[in-house]
Amino acid sequence: MITGNSDWFQKLETLAAWLLAFLWAAPLLYAVWAAFHPMDFVTRFDPLAPLTFENFRNAWKVAPFARYFFNTFVLVTITLAGQFVLCTMAAYAFARFEFAGKELAFILVLVQIMIMPDVLIVQNYQTISSLGLVDTILGIGLPYMASAFGIFLLRQTFKQVPRELEDAARVEGAGPIAVLWKVYIPLSRPTYLAYGLVSVSYHWNNFLWPLIITNSTKARPLTVGLSIFGAPESGVNFSVISAGTLLAVSPLLIAFLLFQRQFVQSFMRSGIK
Amino acid sequence: MKLPVQKTAHIYGWLFLLPAAVLMVAFTHYPVVAGIFASFYSTPKAGRLQRFVGLENYSSMIADPVFLQVLENNFIYALGVIPLSVTLALFMALLVNKKLPGRSIVRAAYFTPTILPMIAVANIWLFFYTPQIGLLDQIGSLFGMTSHTWLGDTQTALGCMMVLAIWKDAGFFMIFFLAALQAIPPELEEAALIEGAGRFYYFRRITLPLLMPTMLFVLVNATINSFKLVDHIFILTKGGPDNASSLLLYYIYEVAFGFWDTAYASTLTVVLLVILSLLAITQFTYIEKKVHYQ
Repeated sequence: MITGNSDWFQKLETLAAWLLAFLWAAPLLYAVWAAFHPMDFVTRFDPLAPLTFENFRNAWKVAPFARYFFNTFVLVTITLAGQFVLCTMAAYAFARFEFAGKELAFILVLVQIMIMPDVLIVQNYQTISSLGLVDTILGIGLPYMASAFGIFLLRQTFKQVPRELEDAARVEGAGPIAVLWKVYIPLSRPTYLAYGLVSVSYHWNNFLWPLIITNSTKARPLTVGLSIFGAPESGVNFSVISAGTLLAVSPLLIAFLLFQRQFVQSFMRSGIK
Repeated sequence: MKLPVQKTAHIYGWLFLLPAAVLMVAFTHYPVVAGIFASFYSTPKAGRLQRFVGLENYSSMIADPVFLQVLENNFIYALGVIPLSVTLALFMALLVNKKLPGRSIVRAAYFTPTILPMIAVANIWLFFYTPQIGLLDQIGSLFGMTSHTWLGDTQTALGCMMVLAIWKDAGFFMIFFLAALQAIPPELEEAALIEGAGRFYYFRRITLPLLMPTMLFVLVNATINSFKLVDHIFILTKGGPDNASSLLLYYIYEVAFGFWDTAYASTLTVVLLVILSLLAITQFTYIEKKVHYQ
């Protein structure tokens, strides 16, 4: 291959990469522009335009963001806690015990990887309603706690733990629960981190189910709050909507920019079988 | 008395599985079965109990022009979004897998839409599409184009959704290709280049075949996404105009929680479940058998 030709090709690639990166970053950068400038400058890109925090103050006043933040925070915390406990136990059962009906049970678990609670909104609403959990944060999180994806991921990890470690613990008199607690869980930390990041991102961003199950500020998470706030009927201008949107995404976005590598690797792990 | 090891394993196995099993049956298996049953009954209304109606819900579904339209929309949406987002994802992965000035910034830019909520980005995109004052029309006016109601036109509303979905998903799919590319030993490329193989030849004959398992994994996920993610519709169009941008799951939501016709919503859900099951079968049979040729 001729060097000159290859050089030219490389420049073209770099240009394409940066052009795509600009297109992909543009909507967010644009929201930042709109949020920090008065409405008059929304489509006038004047580098000398005055900066302002007024839009953030307005957004905070118009909608109960503090409450939405609290609700989302509680939602992702209890959902993740539930998932950790339930999925750990189930994964342990699948990885280390031979019990009747194991194969069938595992196939039934895998069904949920394809058919998630997200699409079963009609019947799940009736179930949550009969449990009296409509308009509660627990009602939003409950259908997601027994996560097939979590069970699958942890089972794979547990299976890689050397049997000798378990045997050593057993010789010292540890029962099944102590073995799980002292051997399997500590050795699976990276998987818990990966699963935790994916789960928190998913539930921070989830919208349809929380929309269905909540009907007041009491339980509404950020996404549902944002959809009410951003609706044209609310009469809020675009600068304020941008500010509110940035407020809602900022915790996750900042975490992502700080821990980019962990985020990307977590999402990657979650897809590799 | 000490139980034999075999028996305790059964007991422990089931005890550990039980809590997850109960919740999973309650929110995944039960609703599937209950939904299928409900599709053969009428919706219970005030003073009227539900009754068995056989296939009546299904026959009215086939005669429902809105159902046929959302199904068609969903297939158009899938056929537009999937190939484009997957191709772009592969292209992005190839770009950032090489030495590149500012590589980590470029990679972060591609991936950022993945971690933002669809609702939040739809709020921003809504403004792009707004007639006259929106960014799209502002840019268009620089080139002498006339203003267009992008989201209010049956010709363009679904397309606007598709562009947003492609932008949102491409960076997510990119990371799976990137992982697969990084697993290819660099010696392969060196050897191929020494043998005189060109860039495109190497890509077509070496890289692409090695990426096939990842490609199919991504394709199945992209297809699932196109049937289960409808958040942007709530912000951008609410399915309009004239259901031109409505998708199947959004229609299920409208029927179930707008018209409270749970029997019909269950019938529509059965259709969605059939589509998802076909995908599952594709993944488990076709992919597992034919792609791992080692």
